Amino acid sequence: MTTAVETIRDEPLTIGGRTFQSRLMVGTGKYPDMDTMVRAIEASGAEVVTVAVRRVNLDRSKENSVLHYLDPKHVFLLANTAGCYTAEDAIRYARLSREAGFNDFVKLEVIGDEETLLPDVQGLLEAAKVLVQEGFKVLAYTNEDLVTALRLEDAGCAAVMPLASPIGSGLGLLNPFSVRTIKRRLRVPVIVDAGVGTASDTCLTMEQGVDGILMNTAIAAAQDPVAMAHAMRLATIAGRAAFLAGRMPRREVAMPSSPTKGMLD
Amino acid sequence: MNRSIAVVINGERKQVAAGATLLALLAELELDPRAVVVEHNRRIVRRAGLGDVTVQDGDAIELVHFVGGG
Repeated sequence: MTTAVETIRDEPLTIGGRTFQSRLMVGTGKYPDMDTMVRAIEASGAEVVTVAVRRVNLDRSKENSVLHYLDPKHVFLLANTAGCYTAEDAIRYARLSREAGFNDFVKLEVIGDEETLLPDVQGLLEAAKVLVQEGFKVLAYTNEDLVTALRLEDAGCAAVMPLASPIGSGLGLLNPFSVRTIKRRLRVPVIVDAGVGTASDTCLTMEQGVDGILMNTAIAAAQDPVAMAHAMRLATIAGRAAFLAGRMPRREVAMPSSPTKGMLD
Repeated sequence: MNRSIAVVINGERKQVAAGATLLALLAELELDPRAVVVEHNRRIVRRAGLGDVTVQDGDAIELVHFVGGG
């Protein structure tokens, strides 16, 4: 595994007591086939890989467990509660995922609206409190609202995951100011989750100073998912490096880069 | 003997032998107990306890695992 940033001094990412070298986390949904998924994950350099909890297909001819293709010794499985619309459902899915026996982390989603898949922050907070009490390391998928992010941190979440834009939209980082504000105000890691569409979106997101980024569709739905996974890996590193380097101030007028003295008469 | 009872597994109604345990039920479905998580009437049953729970007529059983997701 390559370190997050090689040319600049950087700390590894630590969430809930676990340390990760890569700041890019990837999903496992919507790939054209499992072989492409496996190669894309490898090309992304991601250590944290998200999975969903669903019913086993009782028709054994249709093997659909993602663990058939992923080795939990090589990736860190982060189960989500995608598809849950109430705190109660999300808690139920989180408990089932923990029982699978890999870790006590959960990417908590409580969805409030079918069209936008925006989070139900009230249900999210309620579920987060219960799961933290039960010893879960909760990574909470939320919107760009600072006050909700602060409440999630107070509830004991291990990380807060504001969206860049709606899940699967590919619209990129719509509100850099809010994401930056959340990062500035929180002590727990801030991982932007959902909405990036291409490498520049990822780079711009990481330039805001957030601790990491999670994506699925941007890679899985690219024309060449493996090549896009590689691009996202580079963009995550580039954005992080640029943030640590510290950008120049913006100015509204030009300033020449070459000497103004020594010009010919 | 050989009396059968009706249970609901993953939303599907199924006839199983009376007195069957959850472990026996998994074996009948050709599922590896290490690869699934079992919820019996809304309560999670740990792997080690699957052989101790006998299913009753009308029970609701959910068998889940990890699939691709974001």
